[in-house]
Amino acid sequence: MRPSGNPSQAPTDDWPSNDLIGSDRSGLPPAGEAGDVDAVLAVLQEVPDPEVPVVSVVELGIVRDVTWQEGRLVVSVTPTYSGCPATEAIEQHIVEALVASGYQDPLIHRRLSPAWTTDWLTDIGREKLRAYGIAPPVGSASKRSLIGQPDPVVPCPLCGSETTERVSEFGSTACKALYRCRDCLEPFDYFKCL
Amino acid sequence: MSNTVSKTLEHKTPEQKNVAQVTQTPLVTYLLRLGDSALVLGQRSAQLCGKAPALEEEMALMNVGLDLFGQARNWLEYAAELMATESEGNNQGNIDADHLAFRRDAQDFRNLLIVEQPNGDFADTIGRQFLFDAWHVHLLEGLAAASDKRIAEVAAKSLKEATYHLRRSSEWVIRLGDGTEESHTRMQRAVNNLWQFTGELVQFDEIDQVMLDAGIAPDPDTLVTRWKATVDEVLNEATLTRPPYDAWMYTGGKVGHHTEHLGFLLAEMQYLPRTYPDATVW
Repeated sequence: MRPSGNPSQAPTDDWPSNDLIGSDRSGLPPAGEAGDVDAVLAVLQEVPDPEVPVVSVVELGIVRDVTWQEGRLVVSVTPTYSGCPATEAIEQHIVEALVASGYQDPLIHRRLSPAWTTDWLTDIGREKLRAYGIAPPVGSASKRSLIGQPDPVVPCPLCGSETTERVSEFGSTACKALYRCRDCLEPFDYFKCL
Repeated sequence: MSNTVSKTLEHKTPEQKNVAQVTQTPLVTYLLRLGDSALVLGQRSAQLCGKAPALEEEMALMNVGLDLFGQARNWLEYAAELMATESEGNNQGNIDADHLAFRRDAQDFRNLLIVEQPNGDFADTIGRQFLFDAWHVHLLEGLAAASDKRIAEVAAKSLKEATYHLRRSSEWVIRLGDGTEESHTRMQRAVNNLWQFTGELVQFDEIDQVMLDAGIAPDPDTLVTRWKATVDEVLNEATLTRPPYDAWMYTGGKVGHHTEHLGFLLAEMQYLPRTYPDATVW
């Protein structure tokens, strides 16, 4: 939890007044080159998720928007889980990467809606997860896993066997469940559908 | 309610007194109820760090607790912003979510009584989580359609997480209830002991009425029906006996009258920030 900034210092009424990264800065910077979204995404493509470093924040699907507000770069980021402890570290890494690439004074806007879903993981991101030993989400998050619904078949990311079983609904982080392969006997993380 | 609060706060600093007084606004009170319940249950989970019965359950408890802390932050940040806006000009601009979590006393908390009950054995811990989750999921389903956009957004986010919480706690209740003689006995005992705190989940008071009229709180009858359906389904599959819904119930958490357990929980949770109030890094 972060201290609230003074709402009157926020750039517009739409911004959360408690956004430390934004509210720490006084006034707007001089208007810069606005427009090249791809160049910004290329920078963000190099920012890894701190807990799953093989995927970038872009591949994870948490970068939701890149815009310019009166010449100032604004990157909208959505947290994966409400209590994800990496949220603030990710925001800081994004700011650092952008500043290092010459973007002056970028603003991070934390966006809750629409809520992050694993459907936003890119195909490349899914393949990278699998290669890293984490089974990517199976199926679409729009089908919510309710009580009584059978578990999806989660192929083992190590040997490819479909004879696997869930050990625990929660793995090493909130976004993962713990599974075990009954063929190669290795335990592995499964990136849950959310 | 207001009489109780101002009477018990007379010895406090003016700043703290004001924090409690502005909670009289229905929306702020409603947000405190949501945020405090998530916060206190999250803290109960966190208390089991390093003490869970199995490594997998340790991780599950901590992850559920983290989700709840995140949700608490979202609710309390909103409450704090409203309180700061309301009290502008009264030199009260420094209220934030941390302040609400760490600088209030037990009688200022608006959490449900069930979440502050002790961890006990694993059946107590999981029974408390299940009875809460079964209500929480259906409440969030309703709040996701709230007229207040921010509440709807936080609820939609929280609902995804709470669905996994319910799935896990339901499976444990079933496994323990329909397990060995020992696990069945303990699970039944936990449900019986916790039952007296479930009346508050479906209690509908004047704050809820104001929120219902504002298009924020969901229809109470639907909430009660869904809660009962989930509880009946799971307890039945767990071969457990459901205590009567019209049993005598403890209430009071929603207006700040708590069981003796909350004070001890807060003493532990708040110790560090109260001891070093100006610290930015602990």
